[in-house]
Amino acid sequence: MSAIPVDKPVADLPNGHPAETNYINEFGGLKSWLLTGDHKRIAMLYLISVTFFFFLGSVAAALIRWELTAPAGVVMESDTYNKVFSSHGVLMVFTFLVVAIPAVFGNFFLPIMIGARDMAFPRLNLLSWYLYVGGGILILLGMINGGVDGGWTFYTPYSSMYSNSNVTLVLTGIFIVGFSSITTGINFIVTTHKMRAPGMTWFRLPLFVWANYATAVVIMLGTPVVAITLLLVVFERAFKLPIFNPELGGDPVLFQHLFWFYSHPAVYIMILPAFGIISELISNFARKRVFGYHFIAFSTLAIAGLGFLVWGHHMFISSQSMYQGIVFSLISFLVAVPSAIKVFNWTATLYKANIRLQSPMLYALGFIGLFTVGGLTGLFLGSMGTDVHLTATYFVVAHFHYVMVGGTMSAFLGGLHYWWPKMTGRLYPESIAKVNALIVFLGFNLTFFPQFIVGWLGMPRRYHYYYLAPEYQVYHVMSTLGSSFLGLGFILPAFYLTKSLINGRKASANPWGAHGLEWEIPSPPPTTNFLQIPIVLDEVYDFDPVTEYELDRAQQALEGHHYDGMMDQDDESAHRVEQGEK
Amino acid sequence: MPFNFPLQPPRASSFADQHDALFYTLCILTVLFTAIVGFGVIFFAIKYKKGSPADRSRPIYEDLRLELTWTIIPLIMGLGIFYWGASLFVTMRVPPKDAQEIYVIGKQWMWHVQHSNGVRENNTLHVPVGKPVKLTMISQDVIHAFYIPAFRAQMHVVPGRYTTMWFTATQAGKYHLFCSMYCGTQHSEMGGTVVALEPKEWAEWIANGGQSTVPMTLEQSGQKLYNSLACNNCHGVKDTVKGPSLMNIYNSRRRMSNGETVLADDAYLRESILRPHNRLTAGYGQEMPEYQGQITEEDVIKLVAFMKNLGMPTTGLPVSGTDREAAVTAGSKGSMSPLATNAIQYQQFSERQPDATATDRKKDLSVNAIAAQQGGAGN
Repeated sequence: MSAIPVDKPVADLPNGHPAETNYINEFGGLKSWLLTGDHKRIAMLYLISVTFFFFLGSVAAALIRWELTAPAGVVMESDTYNKVFSSHGVLMVFTFLVVAIPAVFGNFFLPIMIGARDMAFPRLNLLSWYLYVGGGILILLGMINGGVDGGWTFYTPYSSMYSNSNVTLVLTGIFIVGFSSITTGINFIVTTHKMRAPGMTWFRLPLFVWANYATAVVIMLGTPVVAITLLLVVFERAFKLPIFNPELGGDPVLFQHLFWFYSHPAVYIMILPAFGIISELISNFARKRVFGYHFIAFSTLAIAGLGFLVWGHHMFISSQSMYQGIVFSLISFLVAVPSAIKVFNWTATLYKANIRLQSPMLYALGFIGLFTVGGLTGLFLGSMGTDVHLTATYFVVAHFHYVMVGGTMSAFLGGLHYWWPKMTGRLYPESIAKVNALIVFLGFNLTFFPQFIVGWLGMPRRYHYYYLAPEYQVYHVMSTLGSSFLGLGFILPAFYLTKSLINGRKASANPWGAHGLEWEIPSPPPTTNFLQIPIVLDEVYDFDPVTEYELDRAQQALEGHHYDGMMDQDDESAHRVEQGEK
Repeated sequence: MPFNFPLQPPRASSFADQHDALFYTLCILTVLFTAIVGFGVIFFAIKYKKGSPADRSRPIYEDLRLELTWTIIPLIMGLGIFYWGASLFVTMRVPPKDAQEIYVIGKQWMWHVQHSNGVRENNTLHVPVGKPVKLTMISQDVIHAFYIPAFRAQMHVVPGRYTTMWFTATQAGKYHLFCSMYCGTQHSEMGGTVVALEPKEWAEWIANGGQSTVPMTLEQSGQKLYNSLACNNCHGVKDTVKGPSLMNIYNSRRRMSNGETVLADDAYLRESILRPHNRLTAGYGQEMPEYQGQITEEDVIKLVAFMKNLGMPTTGLPVSGTDREAAVTAGSKGSMSPLATNAIQYQQFSERQPDATATDRKKDLSVNAIAAQQGGAGN
C-alpha cells in the first residue's frame, strides 16, 4: 500500500471490525456535534445541510418542469414562476454546487488523504459551516417571505432598481455563504501546504487533493469580487447609490463584468472537485494508476488560471466591444483544451486495466460521457457566431446542466457511493445502487437533451409562457418526463443510504480494495484519523495491472468455490471477495 | 393532438446559412468526439473488465507523444472554430453603409418600433426582403434583448446606451420575436412577430402608413381594435385577477356575480363592452371602464366578431364563470387547459399578441429622445 502505517494498533484491526471508538461515537450529544472541530463531523454536518438545500432546489426544479408542460402554464402566475426559477438557480448554485463537493468530501478526505489529523484551522472550519447555514437561512427567509426574482445572475438595473422582491435579503445571504467558501478555501490551501505527512510530496498527492487545492485558489481569488459586487447592488437598492443604474449615472453592463469575473471561475469551483472525484474513481476501480497524472494535475491548475480570463464570453452580445469579445472567445477555446486532456487521460487509464463496474464507477463512466457532451456544446457558445443565436436560450440551459448536473452531480453521487462506507461504516445494497446509476444517466439525458433542440429552435430561457411559439411544447413534455426519472434517481439513494445507517452491514476498512490513506484507517475513522502520522513511501495509485489481474483470478476461483449457485448475492459477495484480497 | 418535432428554426436571413454551416460543423465534431470517447470507454470497460483474459503486460502510465497529440489536435481545431466564429461575428456586428435604419425601444414589457418615415408599430417589426436593415435600440428601463431566431440575430437592449444589430431578410414570412433577457413579470410575453415582406409589398405597406392594403375581415379589424384598446392587458389567455379570459366565450354560459347564469351571445357581449357593470362575471368588480360613447357600434360589431373566434375551434366545454380564487389557484382549466386545446388556438393568440401589454412604466429616460417622440401610443 502507499504508506507504512506506524500506528499499528489502529491499522491492524481486523477488517470488518471498526475501531471501538470512532469519530461518530467517541462523543455523544447534539452539543458535541454543533461545537465540534473535527473535520469529519463538520463534513457530515455539511452533508446534511447541502442535501437539505439540494432537496429544496429540486422541488423548485420539479415545479418549473411541471409548469412548462403547457405553453400557457399549468398552475402558476408569471410572478410566481419567476420566483420559482430564480430560487432554483440561487439554491442550486450558491447553496449546493459551489459548496457540496469541497465542503463534504474535501473536508472529510483532504486531511486524511495527505496524512493529517485535521484541517489547519478547525475552528475556522466550524465557522464556515455556521456562515453557510446562516447565509442559507437568510436566503430561505427571502424566498419564503415574498420570494426573489431576477434569476441567479441578478442582472442590473433590474435587480438593483426594478425588482420588488426580496433581492436585498437574498443577496445578503449569498454574501455570507460566500464567506463560508472563503474560510473553507483558506483551510484547504494552508492544510495542503503545511500538513502533508512525511513523504507525501506534491506529486504523490491524490488528484482529489490537487482538485480541491486548485478550487480553493479560485475561491480565494474570485469570491471576494462577487461579494463586493453583490454588496454594491444592495447599496444601490437601499441607498440609491449611483453604480449600475444609468438613470443615476451608473453603468448597467459593469455589473455583468464584475459578476462574471467571479461566476465564470465559479463554474470551475463547481466542476474541478468533481474532476478530482472522477480521477479517484477511475483509478481505483480500474486498479491502475491514472494515466498522465502530471498532465491531469497541471491541467487542473491551467483551468484554474485561465478560468479567470474568459468571463467576457458570457457577454458577446451585451454591448461590450467587439474586439474585447474576440479576445475572450480566443482564451475560451484555450481553456477547453485542458478539459479535453482530462477526458482523454481518464479514457486512456482504462486501457489494460482491471475494471470493476461497481456503482461509483458507473457514475464515473457516466460522468465522462455527459461531461464530454457538456464540454463540446460549450464550443457552440464560445464560438461567437453561433453564440449570437444560442445565448440566452435553452441551449445554454442544456449545456450548463450537462456540465453541472451530468458532471458535478454525477461526481457527487459517485463520491457519495464510494466514500459512504468510509464515512458511515455501513454498506448499502450495491445492486440497487447500480440500477440507480443507470436511472440517473438515462433520466438526465431525457431531461436535458430535448432542451438543446428547443434552444436551437430559439426558445429563450426564463420563459414562463411560450404560447407565442407553441411548437416548442413537445420538447418540454419530453423534458418533464425525463425529469421525473431523474428525480427518482435522486430520491432512491436518500432511502437506501439512510436505510443502510439503520441496518446496513458493517463496512471493512477497505471494502473496495482501493488505494489511498483513507482506506488504511478503520471505517468510520477514529477522531484523530491516525494514531501516529503515517510515513508515505510509495507513489499514489500504485496498482500493478498484472498483479491485480492475478489477484482477481485467484479471487474468482475463491468466489466460485464459496458462492457457487448464489448469484443473487452479487453485491454482498463483491464486498466480501475484496476483503479476501487483503 | 399529434405532436410535430420541429428540428430546425426557419432560415430567413442572410446570416442563417453561414450560421448553420458552423452550427452543423460543431454538431458533427460533438458527435464525433462523443463517439470516440464513448466507444473507448465502453470498449475498454468490456475488454478489461475484472478477470477478463486480456493482455495487461507493459501498461503505460504516461506518454508525452500521446498527451501532445490530444493537446495539439483539439487546440488546432479549437483555433479553427474560433476563427470561423469570430469572423462570422464580425460580419454580424458591422452593418453595411446602405442599411435602412429602424429604431427600437424596449420597455417593460413591449417593443416599440419606429420607421424613418414615422410609421410606428408595437411588438411587430415589418422589414423588406433583400434589403439590409439596421436596428438602433435602447431600453427605457431594464436590460432587454431583441431576438429573432429565424434571422439568427440577437442583441441586448440596454438603458442609457444605443446598441445596434443588422440583418437582411431573405424569405418573406412571419417569424418569432422574443425578449431574451429576463426583465420582470411579463418577460415571456414581451414578444411578437417579425414580418418580412417582399420589397413591393413592403413599399406599399410603408407608403400606406403601416396599414395593410388588403381589406381586412371583420375579425381582423376586431383583433386590431382589441389590441389598440389594450383589451388583453386584462383579458388574456388565462383568467387573472385583473379580468376573466375571453377564450371560447361566445355562446358559453357564464356565471354572474348576482348568481344568475347568462348565455354569452352577441347582445351580452355588446352590453359587456359598452356597460360592463350591468352584469359582472362572478368574482370580478367594476374595474373595467365603460365604453358607452367611446366606441362606435361599428367597432362593437368588429370586436364581437373577433371574440366569436377566440379559442376556436371550441372543445365543446362550456366556459364557466370563474372567480378570482379559482383563477389564482387553479389557473387554466376546462377548455382553457392548454393540453386540451390545440395549436390553432395559440396561433390565434400569437397573431393577436402584437400590440399587447402596454403597461407603461412611469419612468422616462431623458437620454431617450426616440421615446419622447414616440409618445407611447400604439398604432
